[in-house]
Amino acid sequence: MLRRQELVCQQVVELVSDYLEDALSPRDRRRFERHLAICPHCTVYLAQMHETLRLTGRLVPEDLAPEVADEFTEIFRRWSAERNGPGDRPPP
Amino acid sequence: MPRFKPRNRRPIAGPGGADDDAQLLERLRSGDEAAFSALVERHHDPMLRLARTFVQSQAVAEEIVQDTWVAVLHGIENFEGRSSLRTWLLAILVNRARSTGAREARTVPSADPTPAVDAARFNAGGGWSTPPEQWAEDVEARLSADTLAPVIREELERMPARQRAVVMLRDVDQLRSDEVCQVLGLSAVNERVLLHRGRGRLRQALEDAIGGC
Repeated sequence: MLRRQELVCQQVVELVSDYLEDALSPRDRRRFERHLAICPHCTVYLAQMHETLRLTGRLVPEDLAPEVADEFTEIFRRWSAERNGPGDRPPP
Repeated sequence: MPRFKPRNRRPIAGPGGADDDAQLLERLRSGDEAAFSALVERHHDPMLRLARTFVQSQAVAEEIVQDTWVAVLHGIENFEGRSSLRTWLLAILVNRARSTGAREARTVPSADPTPAVDAARFNAGGGWSTPPEQWAEDVEARLSADTLAPVIREELERMPARQRAVVMLRDVDQLRSDEVCQVLGLSAVNERVLLHRGRGRLRQALEDAIGGC
């Protein structure tokens, strides 16, 4: 039986995102995992990519500056006033 | 100054985030100002970062975010909850950003020929000649995470705008891939191409930073 050629390292690193995003066909996924099982360097590469994603996912959002928050309060109050109409009555 | 989240901080995208959004949205519909403030606070940073991938100016980006919230408030009865609130917000923001015309995304993402790893690191047979060194397990033992946050932020800044938008939405803000596609109007294949190049750049930037320590 003809066996489809195995992946080399240079191909594996280009498939890493598709692997992590679960976008490989079952056959390519098996080829990818077969390579990892015998290649310590690509295993290190994948571990580095996991670490990269972990660190990227831990970037903290910038806090909203108080003066910016005030501008949003204004936006809300204008909307609320328009919505409720004159006299600031709640909607019926 | 860029920092990392403490480990115990629940990510915005994590469990409960969407439920909290739904509750806040209900309160907002009934006119609750505090609910609006909480929603703005929660979504402001991802919105501003995404706006900045369309326009150079921080001030214009801030205007886009404000315009988005005005549009959201006026369209609040139209939100049917078929997508998450955040996906809806970000999609409105992208429409506003494009309609300002400041920097319409002119370039269609293409199959970027740049590999994720420099070809010089492989031998003729495609095997590693300069393999990566193990650092994943001991990154935090050797370096404080605060040292690496600026490395990631700076590399994000250097990326082409569309690539940066994809990486930030997927890996910083942790949207699902289909949500990223929906927000940016990308095919799944193009989204993955951009993500792959971007992640490759981040890994390389970290390798450069860690290797020098």
